[in-house]
Amino acid sequence: MSLRGHVHRYGANVDTDAIIPARYLNINDAQELAEHCMEDIDAEFVARVQPGDIIVADTNFGCGSSREHAPLCIKAAGVSCIIAKSFARIFYRNSINIGLPILECDEAVEGTESGDELEVELESGTIRNLTRGRMFQAKPYPDFMLELMGAGGLVEYTKRRLAGRSG
Amino acid sequence: MPMTMAEKILAAHCGRDEVRAGELISCRLDFVMSNDVTAPLAIQEFRRLGVERVFDAQRVAFIPSHFIPNKDIQSAENAKLMREFALEQGTVYYEQGRAGVDHVLLPDDGWVLPGDAVVGADSHTCTYGALGCFATGMGSTDVACAMATGDIWMRVPASIKFVYKGRPGRWVGGKDIILHTIGDIGVDGALYCAMEFHGEALGEIGMEGRFTISNMAIEAGGKAGLMVPDDVTLDYVRPRAKREWTVYQPDPDALYQEVREYDVSALEPMVALPSSPANAVPLSKAPPVEIDQVFIGSCTNGRLADLRLAAEVIDGRKVHPRVRCIVIPASHDVYLQALREGLLETFAEAGCAVSTTTCGPCLGGYMGILAEGERCVSTSNRNFPGRMGHARSEVYLANPAVAAASAVAGRLAGPEEVTR
Repeated sequence: MSLRGHVHRYGANVDTDAIIPARYLNINDAQELAEHCMEDIDAEFVARVQPGDIIVADTNFGCGSSREHAPLCIKAAGVSCIIAKSFARIFYRNSINIGLPILECDEAVEGTESGDELEVELESGTIRNLTRGRMFQAKPYPDFMLELMGAGGLVEYTKRRLAGRSG
Repeated sequence: MPMTMAEKILAAHCGRDEVRAGELISCRLDFVMSNDVTAPLAIQEFRRLGVERVFDAQRVAFIPSHFIPNKDIQSAENAKLMREFALEQGTVYYEQGRAGVDHVLLPDDGWVLPGDAVVGADSHTCTYGALGCFATGMGSTDVACAMATGDIWMRVPASIKFVYKGRPGRWVGGKDIILHTIGDIGVDGALYCAMEFHGEALGEIGMEGRFTISNMAIEAGGKAGLMVPDDVTLDYVRPRAKREWTVYQPDPDALYQEVREYDVSALEPMVALPSSPANAVPLSKAPPVEIDQVFIGSCTNGRLADLRLAAEVIDGRKVHPRVRCIVIPASHDVYLQALREGLLETFAEAGCAVSTTTCGPCLGGYMGILAEGERCVSTSNRNFPGRMGHARSEVYLANPAVAAASAVAGRLAGPEEVTR
């Protein structure tokens, strides 16, 4: 799958309170949550983001709480992919589980600025910076993760497992 | 092959003699929990699985904790959805008035035990590691699948060993030890790792201080924060346990990613300055900023020992006229015991606002939200921008004695200064 969009660049340790503050955590609808995505650290994000856009951040993206509202609202805001040097582990699991692609790549983060246009090949992990004419290679997904994503996320994967058990 | 604490517990939960850091396993679970913030999404995903029943109703819990008593209509709808599901499934459930902050209630009532593998739809699930179990936070979808199957995929984490030597000083406890550690290694210093806590200092701080340490493992990016059960642990567990438990110990020659040693004898009370738990400095190096609010409570420091400590500092004194001091016992049992011991009266006499149990202000839910520019000294676990309210408000993390002293002084202050 090929993704293409413009970059919204953030620093290190973007926490889940910044992605979606707790005052909105009684909302369960992803579209409604998306209206408040990133609002405390980037008030213009929601107005600026276009379908397919890509978030690029430094280390430990998504640290803090376990709230699945965080990747859900990023996905619903139209973001197609997040590239970071590293992710907080609960955020990593949540994103894979709900079908929001995330990639780890130090070089792509270093070689990318806000507004750059990127093209990402998920299967190969190839990241092209079309604005700067550079190419980067993300860390490959473990096989198990590919299987999980191939099944369409954790719920579909678990459904298959459960069907296998009873069958 | 020798194994760490995490490897021992996880091997036992995937039917293997041994596992190694980095391996992917399917881990059998002893307990799965969720709360009023994460349960609605988990229940929605559980329904999508097409499964009728949770894997074992006595090993699944739903705890109203974050926005209770229901703060608005939407929160009430979420609490109702969770209650109806819990009653339909017959799971462990506590109604408001008996409930409490999830991570205080579940160990106190003996639902999570030494040797367990536990997942919870809350990042501070790692708190239970102080009992000698492997407990980790996950999202709602993971927990939905765990509730259905009783197992979960997991990567066996590498472990970092932390050894605390010496005897902590009069006003130093678990909070100061863990803030000092996070300040040292950073908010991603233990990313994807299990933190294994050891050392004679742990023998000095009791079960409650140990929970505080394990609770904040996630603040260093840790997947779990484990301790080896000793007499203190088992004296705590024995009268509470709802079922059998198992004591695991790491092998002496287990392989650690890193070993770090600290001498806590000279450690001062620590304060994490805005806006990261890793901005930890000794109290004497912290600026004596004027404050607007103090919060004493949460799954980090809302237990009975925490309230006793805060009451000792505040007893016979008054909260500074400009400051609001909000005291929230972290469970109904803690509330009741604090009432019986006269602690709540001490707080009320001093001019504190004492509330029924809730996570409330810790996550900026309600019951003490900060306005623009306001500063709070809090015994909770996070101080990210906007955590407790306005994006330009500030949270200073500290232990309960420092929080109480600051409430009296009207600025960041230590207990020695106030009780002198």
